[in-house]
Amino acid sequence: MGSRYAYLDNPEILEKLLLFSDGGISKVKFLIPAIHCSSCIWLLENLSTLNSSILGSFVNFVRKEVHITFRDSEISLRQLVELLHTIHYIPEISLNKENKDDYQKSNRRLLMKIGVAGFAFGNIMLLSFPDYLPGGEQIDSFLIRTFGYIAFVLALPVAFYCSTDFYLSAFKSLRKKIINIDLPISLGIIALFLESSWEIFTGAGNGYMDSLAGLLFFMLIGRWYQSKSYQSLSFDRDYRSFFPIAVTRLGKDNEEEYVQIKDLKKNDVILVRNKELIPADSIIIEGEANIDYSFVTGESVPVLKTKDALVYAGGRQSGASLVLRVEKEVAQSYLTQLWNEDRLHSRSGKTMQRVIDRVSHYFTIIILTIATLSGVYWGLTDIGKAVYVFSSVLIVACPCALALTIPFTFGSVIRVFGRNGLYLKNAEVIERLYNIDTVVFDKTGTITHSRTMKAEWKGADLSVDEARWIRSVTRSSTHPSSVTVAESLGNTANSKVENYVEITAQGIEGMVEGKRIRVGAKGFVGGVADPDAGLTTVVHVSIDNQYRGYFSIENDYREGLKSTLAGFEGFDIHLLTGDNDSEKANLMQYFSSEKQLHFRQSPEDKLEYINQLNQSGKKVLMIGDGLNDAGALLSAHVGITIADDIYHFSPACDGILKSDQFGRICDFQKYTRKALRIVYISYTLAFLYNVVGLSFAVMGLLSPVVAAVLMPISSITVVAFTTLAVSLTSRQNRFR
Amino acid sequence: MQVIVILIGFSLLVAVGFLVAFLWAVRSGQYDDDISPGMRILYDEKKGESSNQIITNQTKPN
Repeated sequence: MGSRYAYLDNPEILEKLLLFSDGGISKVKFLIPAIHCSSCIWLLENLSTLNSSILGSFVNFVRKEVHITFRDSEISLRQLVELLHTIHYIPEISLNKENKDDYQKSNRRLLMKIGVAGFAFGNIMLLSFPDYLPGGEQIDSFLIRTFGYIAFVLALPVAFYCSTDFYLSAFKSLRKKIINIDLPISLGIIALFLESSWEIFTGAGNGYMDSLAGLLFFMLIGRWYQSKSYQSLSFDRDYRSFFPIAVTRLGKDNEEEYVQIKDLKKNDVILVRNKELIPADSIIIEGEANIDYSFVTGESVPVLKTKDALVYAGGRQSGASLVLRVEKEVAQSYLTQLWNEDRLHSRSGKTMQRVIDRVSHYFTIIILTIATLSGVYWGLTDIGKAVYVFSSVLIVACPCALALTIPFTFGSVIRVFGRNGLYLKNAEVIERLYNIDTVVFDKTGTITHSRTMKAEWKGADLSVDEARWIRSVTRSSTHPSSVTVAESLGNTANSKVENYVEITAQGIEGMVEGKRIRVGAKGFVGGVADPDAGLTTVVHVSIDNQYRGYFSIENDYREGLKSTLAGFEGFDIHLLTGDNDSEKANLMQYFSSEKQLHFRQSPEDKLEYINQLNQSGKKVLMIGDGLNDAGALLSAHVGITIADDIYHFSPACDGILKSDQFGRICDFQKYTRKALRIVYISYTLAFLYNVVGLSFAVMGLLSPVVAAVLMPISSITVVAFTTLAVSLTSRQNRFR
Repeated sequence: MQVIVILIGFSLLVAVGFLVAFLWAVRSGQYDDDISPGMRILYDEKKGESSNQIITNQTKPN
């Protein structure tokens, strides 16, 4: 484990992480994503048997958290984390935990409001009993008035405590000149409260305080249910937790100190060890960088960088330690820009969600109009009835069901896809995936395996030196063929490569120990005619302009390529590759037309090609490996990267597909059609519900309390329908 | 009939008592997690005093 967790010894970080520390006892809370079953709870709650300095531990299963109390004089936080690491409950240590606490507090507040509203509702209902009974008018007027006053007192916390969220939300959005759902609800609440108070104090009647309290009670329950279901749907996508939160900074005399990322300044000198992520864009001062940008690109093949080269945030060093000088502070770094999704994707077109937001906006205005009109109509005869109808209309016609449809349907779909190996960036991608009509594949690493390829040397045996030279050169390249060649040459020490060049679709060249090494295509290396390659790719080698032989690399097409291409029948299919056309004969077994194949495409060519397709009105699904085609992935309508290791992340893409699910891409695409159909059905449901409810409310046949019961029921219907429909249809489509 | 007002007063008092109990329970975090306590009773109790301490720490409001 070494000094991976050494930053936990830094008092400043310690202070941030510890919940409590006094008198030799500390308490800490860790988020442990690995908690998934009852035995995890058991093990984590018995940590004290593993180390007697741990006083106790407590698991919150829902939030995957463990609270640990320990004697900090006997075991440091670092040792504690290392202990957890050894039993493979690796805590995610993140310094921005405020959001989670906020969530907990808001959940508690909501529960308390529900409690208060329920209390008021039950009691006011009892007091209003005489109003609903025949002959209730004969009850002593003193009693009736007393009941009214008590109801008023009980309604006070409802109007001034339970409803504050609605007022605040309506008010805040009004100030930004937005009319949101909470505005009609707030108006309904205020109207009911004022009218009822007026009735009670003038002795005109007992008002509708029972309806008011019931309304709040049921609406708050609806909110609570929503937040519960949201919680189970939500992905924990705290991207920042991918970064190491402390950085080793080197002082003037090369002394190491641990600082937090946000304290990192330009020109700071930092140390990055093996398998650590580079926290900010930096220049290499010392050491040889072998950086895996899979976090950025999805390509797990490392990039070689030497002194004075720029390395980007998010790369993971493998090999010896690096000394780096920070060029850009983290806030401005390359990665952050990539992640700010909206700036990244300034895609045109209206998504359904945006259309619905717009519609909800008008919806609210229309409802306000209807409510006012029907209120005025009834007001001509009966003021009390007018307020009653006004409130009912406002409450029953809540567009909640409308607003919930997309998040819940697409949220469930994202979850189903995730379980099946396709990780989507957000819900919008589903809709875009539905719209595609063109599919563009990258070749190497996408439709072929990059990892399982085998290179076989054909030619006179290579000496140990020669093998080292070739390996040193090929190791510098990220092209899957080079990687394969380098891997086939064993794990010997590498020599320094000078004047290294890589020419797309040609090959690579470099000087090693005074020898000019060329590796690549026949024309580039100057080799003999291509041998009868069959299903193989051929990489020729020359040393000091002397042809030495070639590597024959078996192209291992991914399983399911045939079924994928068949599944996309009716779509416009293209293949872009940086390689030359030596592979053409093999590819023709899979692709029907030669016109679909495009060879010798540099990353810029790929981007340009996608742009051309976009301009001709095509909606392109680009499937690539995320490295040579990052630009193309970005400008495509949907960009999906194939990741051999699923934890690798590419901000350039909209989705990450596990490589073993390659054969199912078209299934995923087809399923989006069903998802869209579910959305439409759900909209119809919500719309019907609103029309029926509204007509009853306008006629004065619906009391506000029934409206308040109906409203959460409509939301629950929509949520239940969408989740159920998604799980049923996904099973039909053989999704897990 | 006037006595009914006094009775209502008492019944409200009792109801308020329950409301306060509920609010206390929420504030002390008893509703934060409703899954693990159910599993916890299935495990053997061997931790002795330390477990009590953890529970009291947990139930303190933030």
